[in-house]
Order: sequence, then C-alpha cells, then structure tokens
Amino acid sequence: MKKNLNSKIAAIVAVLVIFIYGIFGVPSGLSGKALEEAMTKHIHLGLDLRGGAHLILQVVVSEAVSAETDNTVARIQQDLKAANLSFSQVYKPDPAKPESVRIEGTTAAQASAIRTLLDNKYSGEYDVTGGGGDTSFALTMKPLVESALEEKTVQQAIETIRDRVDTLGVSEPVIQEYGLGKDEILVELPGISDLDRVKSIIQSTARLEIHAVVGGPYPDEQAALASVGGALPPDEQMVHGSGALATGSDADSVYVLQRVSIVAGSDFRSADPGTDQNGLRNVRFTLTNEAGDKFYDYTSANVGRSMAVVLGGRVREVATIKSAIRDSGEISGSFSSDEVEILSKMLRTGALPASLNYLEDRTVGASLGADSIREGVTAAIVGVLVVMAFMLVYYKSSGINADLALLLNLIILLGFMGFSGATLTLPGIAGVILTIGMGVDSNVLIFERIREEIRAGKAASAAVDQGFAHAWTTIFDTHVTTIVSAGILFLFGTGPVKGFAVTLTFGLAANLFTAVYVSRVIFEAHLNRMKTGEMVSI
Amino acid sequence: MCNLGRRNRQRSGHEEGRKPVELFHGVNVDWLGKKWYFLGFSLIFSIAGIISMGMHWASIGSPVPLGVDFRGGTQLQVQFEQTPNLEQIRSAIQSAGIAGASIVNYDVPSNREVLISLPEQTNETSLDAGRKQIEDALQSRYSNPFTVRNVQVVGPTVGHQLERQAGLATLYSLLGMLIYLWFRFQLIYGVAAVVAVFHDTLITVGAFALTNQEISLTVIAAILTLIGYSMNDTIVVFDRIRENLRLTRREPLADLVNRSINQTLSRTVLTSGLTFLTVLSLYIFGGQVLRGFSFALVIGILIGTYSSIAVAAPMLVAWQEWRAGKDRSVALPAAKRSRS
Repeated sequence: MKKNLNSKIAAIVAVLVIFIYGIFGVPSGLSGKALEEAMTKHIHLGLDLRGGAHLILQVVVSEAVSAETDNTVARIQQDLKAANLSFSQVYKPDPAKPESVRIEGTTAAQASAIRTLLDNKYSGEYDVTGGGGDTSFALTMKPLVESALEEKTVQQAIETIRDRVDTLGVSEPVIQEYGLGKDEILVELPGISDLDRVKSIIQSTARLEIHAVVGGPYPDEQAALASVGGALPPDEQMVHGSGALATGSDADSVYVLQRVSIVAGSDFRSADPGTDQNGLRNVRFTLTNEAGDKFYDYTSANVGRSMAVVLGGRVREVATIKSAIRDSGEISGSFSSDEVEILSKMLRTGALPASLNYLEDRTVGASLGADSIREGVTAAIVGVLVVMAFMLVYYKSSGINADLALLLNLIILLGFMGFSGATLTLPGIAGVILTIGMGVDSNVLIFERIREEIRAGKAASAAVDQGFAHAWTTIFDTHVTTIVSAGILFLFGTGPVKGFAVTLTFGLAANLFTAVYVSRVIFEAHLNRMKTGEMVSI
Repeated sequence: MCNLGRRNRQRSGHEEGRKPVELFHGVNVDWLGKKWYFLGFSLIFSIAGIISMGMHWASIGSPVPLGVDFRGGTQLQVQFEQTPNLEQIRSAIQSAGIAGASIVNYDVPSNREVLISLPEQTNETSLDAGRKQIEDALQSRYSNPFTVRNVQVVGPTVGHQLERQAGLATLYSLLGMLIYLWFRFQLIYGVAAVVAVFHDTLITVGAFALTNQEISLTVIAAILTLIGYSMNDTIVVFDRIRENLRLTRREPLADLVNRSINQTLSRTVLTSGLTFLTVLSLYIFGGQVLRGFSFALVIGILIGTYSSIAVAAPMLVAWQEWRAGKDRSVALPAAKRSRS
C-alpha cells in the first residue's frame, strides 16, 4: 500500500514536471519577465490576442476551368486543321458554362473521322457527343476532371499566396483550405494590421498574360465591335486599357485580343524591377524554357504585329514585335514604384491560377489584443481565487486537496496547449475559466458523496472509497456530454470559437485525471497518516 | 499530507464531531409539488422571449439582433485620442458620401471608442471598399487622431454559411446528447434532458432578444457550453434517480425523484454557485469583447440549474404518470400515489 502510494505520487509529480515543461520549456531565467517570454513562446496566441489579420478568400475556380477549355478550343482547331477536316468554328457556347465546347459546321462525310479524332485525343477529359450524320459536336468536361481541376486550382492558389505572404516576413502565417465550400482559403497573418498592403500583395488577382492584338485601341466597346463586323468571334475578346499608353493618359480604350494567351502567368521564371533607357520603371522577366520556345515560335512568325500585356484584366502595355524573342523581355508602362515591386514579386512567385474574392476580413489591432489578454487573465485569476477560497472555507482541509487538484488541472491544460501547438484565443481563456468552474464540480460531487457516506456512519477510508466510487459514474457521464458539445463546437466553429472548444476539451480531460486520480491519491496519503478511527476533515 | 499542521487540532476536534460547514443538509422540499409554479415561471419567461423575438422578426427579419458575423457587413472599432463626438463623426461620414452607417459608442463613452457599422454588401468584389472609405473619411474630415482597433468585414456568403453552421452545431449537439443518454439511461431520460436544455436555450436567446443584445459567433459558443453545462446538472440528478431506483422499488416515483433532487441539492447549488462566480468574474473583468459571451453564460447557468430541477425531473414523473394513466393494467404504484 505504502509503496504503491509512493509510486503514484511519483507519477503525479512526473506529470506535473512534464506539463510545466510544456508551458515554459526551459526558461532563460526565473524572473517574471523571462517566464512570461518563455510562456508566450510555447503557447500560441490567437489573432484576437496578439493582433493580426484574418482573411477568407474565395478562388474563382470557374476561371481556371474556362482557361482550360480556352486551351482546348485552340488545340481542337489546330488538330482539325492539321487533319484537313473542315469546320466553321470551335467555340464555347455559353459563358455561364465554361466547361462546354462546341464544334460547328463540319461536313457529314467527315463526321466519323472527326469523331475518331475527338475520341482519341479528348475523351480522357471530355464527354464527346455528336457525330454520325450530325454537322456539330459538343464536348463537356467530365465532372471528375472538372472538380480535380478546381481542387488543383485552389491548391495552386494556396501555394502562390503562401509564397507571396512569405515575402512579407510574417511569422507563423496560416494559409489553408477553409470551410464547407471547396473554393475557400483561410489566411491568418499575426501581427499584421495594415491590410491594404497585404491585400495588394495577395490580391493582385492580377493574372499577367501576353495576348496577340487583333485590333485597337478603340475609344469604346461599340467601336471595337464595329471593327470586327458587329459580332465578336468566339476566339477573341475585348479588354479595356488606358488610351495612349505611351503618354500615360488615363482615358479608357478598348482592344480586341486573341482569347488564348501567348504567355500565361505560370510561364515566368524570374522577374526583377528595373528602369528602361528612358528612366521609366519596368519589370524584366525571364520565361521558363518551355514557354520561351513557345514565345519564340510565336514572335518569329509574327514580326511586325502587336501583342498586349494584360494585367489584372486590363491592357497595361502594347508592344510591336520587332524581332523574335525567346525567353527574356521587359514590361514597361506607367508603373509606380510600388507597382513595379509588387508586379515583379508576383511574377517571381507565380501568378494566381484564378482571381480571388474576399468573403471576410477581420483585423485586430495589437493594442486591443493586449487589452483582451489583460482582461481575460484578470478574470481568470479572480475566478480561480474566488473558487479556491470558497473550497477552503467550505471543505476545510479537503479544500486544500481540491485546490491542489485545480491548480494541477490548470497546469496540465496550459501544458497541453503548449505541447499540441493549439491556439489560445480570447474565448479560449473563457474556456479556461469555465474549466475552473466545471472542474471543481467533480470535486464537489466527490466530497458531497464522501460526506454522505460519513453521515451514513462509514469509517474514513471506506467513506472516501465509496464517495469516489459513487461519484465516478456521474463524473464520467457529465464529462462525456460536455466533451460531445465541445467536439461539435470544434467541428463547426472557426478561429476563436475553435480555440474555446480546444481549451474546454483539454481542460475536461485534464480534470478527469486531477479530480479523480490526483485527488484520490492525496486522500490516500492523508488517510495513511491518520490514526484508526480518526475522521477526514471535509 | 495536505493538512499536517491541523492534525493535532483535528484529533481533539474529532471527539465532539466538528461540524462541517454545510448548506442544504437534510432538506426535504417537495419539488414536484411545485411543478405548476415551475411551469408558470418557465412559460412566462419563454413566452416573453418568444414575443420579443417575434417583434424583432417583424422589424429586422431575424428573431434576435445578429452580430456582424452573421448579418454580414462592415464594422470598425475606432479609438480616438479625444472624446469623440458622434454627431461630428456622423456628418463627416455622410459628407464623404457613405450611406447607411450606424455610429455608436462602444461600451462607455469614456473609453473614447466608437463602433461604426455599414450594412451588408451584396457584391463580394467590393466587399472591402467600405472600410477604406470610412477610414479615409475620418482622416480627412474629422480632426481627431484615431487608431483602428478592430475591423470585421463579412460577406453575405460567409454570413449565411455561419448562420447555417451555428444552427447545425446546436442541433447536432442536442442530438449527440440525446443518443448518449438513450444509451446510458433510457430514451425518456434523454428526451427530458433535451427538452430541459432546449428550454434553457430558448430562454437565454430570449434574454438576448429582450435586452436587445447582438448574438455573435462567440455567443453561440456560450450557448453550446451552457447546453453542455445544463446537461451536466440534469445528469447529476438523473444519475441519483437511477441509483435510488436500483435501491428501492416500492417508493412512489415522485417521492423518489424529490429525494434524489434533495440529495444532490447541495452539490447542485455549490457547483452552480462556483461556476456562476467564475462566469460573473468573466462578465465583470473579461472586457467588452466577451460581454455577450459571459452574459449568455450568466443567464444560462442560472436557468440551467433551475431547469434540471424544475423541468427535467418533473418531466420524467409526468411521463411515468401519463404512461400509467393510459395503460391501466400496468398501474404503477409510483404513478397512483403521486397524484394525491
């Protein structure tokens, strides 16, 4: 019995040491400041406590699907031409359905040849219909392929945002998929409150592309439409830009561009800000090898024609191709120094595969965070002291037992937070405070039970035994139900609420150990020292 | 080990049986006899809450004022260096061409903090424009240096998603407990406990409607906590009922339930009291950010404690009586005697 008890006490002390290590690690000193530093290093504070920005972004995945089918349209045209199969047009019939492509004006005689070609080359990604006697075909992207593409787009967007955020030098940023919708991204940037700067870097929805110019600039869309005979061919698009780019005039004008880009955002290998011979700011870029070859083929075949640099849906620059270009070039235009910096950063880190919408942003100033910590900690300390004082008055010596269990409960809870890397939020502190209240419940249940057993005339050790045994089922049931609701909060909650669920769950789990096991051991140690017939003070 | 210093005193004190500090020892209250009062009390509060929710529904389209989390929109918490003048801020913002802004003091005016809200943006692409407009307007048209302490911009998509999630979380949480109690006790225990907890939720949400406070995401967390907490209380009583049922089979159910409530009463009052004190400390010292959260808990703990005694336990008895009344052949003695 005695030996058994010693090993139990040793186990409790070991747990205590381990979790204190979880809170502080090995502090540099024992002064209050050193301890505080060590603690904030180990326990991750949520954005609401340390200040920072929280964003929820939506990736416009349909853009990526649309870009993919744009490519398919171009490939089908090439393939049909190469196979000498006649058609009048390959196009996307409905802008609201970026996943479908139509081929029209084919001849009945070539229908089966076209069908064979489509089946061979495109049936992996598309459902192909049409053929036989028809003179048109329809391709629709397979739903599985589409959702895989969307998933890939979101992943790429996350990667890109992470690269961009890294250039901000934020410590411990969170960038991950979010929520039930599959196209949302959560971005958390501790310590950042200047949201505008963050957004201009992340946002630059700015897909940078180079397109062939069909015509322009025109003063407005009507004029642009008139130039192509009133109806825009499906493989061309109208893009706005400023009027005379060289003079930096802001007047709006419209260009007609080929829909499929010559160089896309992901084709850049490096980019640096610089100035051109006239002293204007520009961005010098290098393309990847593959894109360079493609660019070379295009520019050598189209010397004398124009191409447009499209950034964020607007024409930023139009240049005439003077000679074949392989893999390096520069983009100049009326850029501000910030713009050049951001643009080159963006090109280096790769463009976003699709543009982003902001669904939510929250910024907490560092001063508010500090106030919240102070208020939360004050509330916690007052709560703990009140409860501990009450337990001492009401249960006398056994109150010390409960208070020790309570302190150990708090240490284990905070240690858990340190070890698991879970985030402590303001509602999380509230969770800690609530754990104190509910944690003491287990002790109250046990002690009241022990008192009942004593009243029933049992001897000290039997009363303690029975008290613990009877209270155990109740404690188990109450803990399980609370953990059920905390678990559901964790599944459904976000940010701060999740933090609350985490501390509540950890706190309750720790409570099972402290109120039942530790408290029991303390009682046993006490009973061991008592004389026969003596009663516990409760 | 923990009370070495007191051993001597205790040894001597033992003989005359040192009296412990006790509340509610040996109480013998006929709780079930008061069930009509309880019913009346619960009804008054529930109905007051429901009426207030109905009035909110008619004026703002939701049963309680919703925080920016759910309603969507833009909210800035701004701290000024000098005591701000709401009228001047309002005219600064209006003259900048921003319509529909609501401007109120945050907490007490001496905080020098103002909460500026814009209604929901329907267009997600221009979601962030409002925040910048307000900051610019304050900068250029109101000469009182400020810092922005907190910004929340919530788009309609997220707002509705959160609303749905909050509803689902509450529902699943109740369902989870019902199943657990069904498995550990019997279905009727689960039903009674869930009804009691639902009663608590209704009254707490009603209190928000009555006092015109906003329900935010953290308040939902508080409500889920009080669901867990009230369930705790109910289970403690049920556990005792179950235990007493095993020991005595002849006692009328109503008496047995009364006895169980009385036996657990000191625990119930103690725990509730202590938890209430910690939550009160949170309400007083926890700051404005947690005010709604701690308000929900302060109300919830009071109601949760009450409901385990006044709603859950009487429901068990009422169900037993109803079953006995319907099926005469069973005619449990428990049911018969408790009617008199």
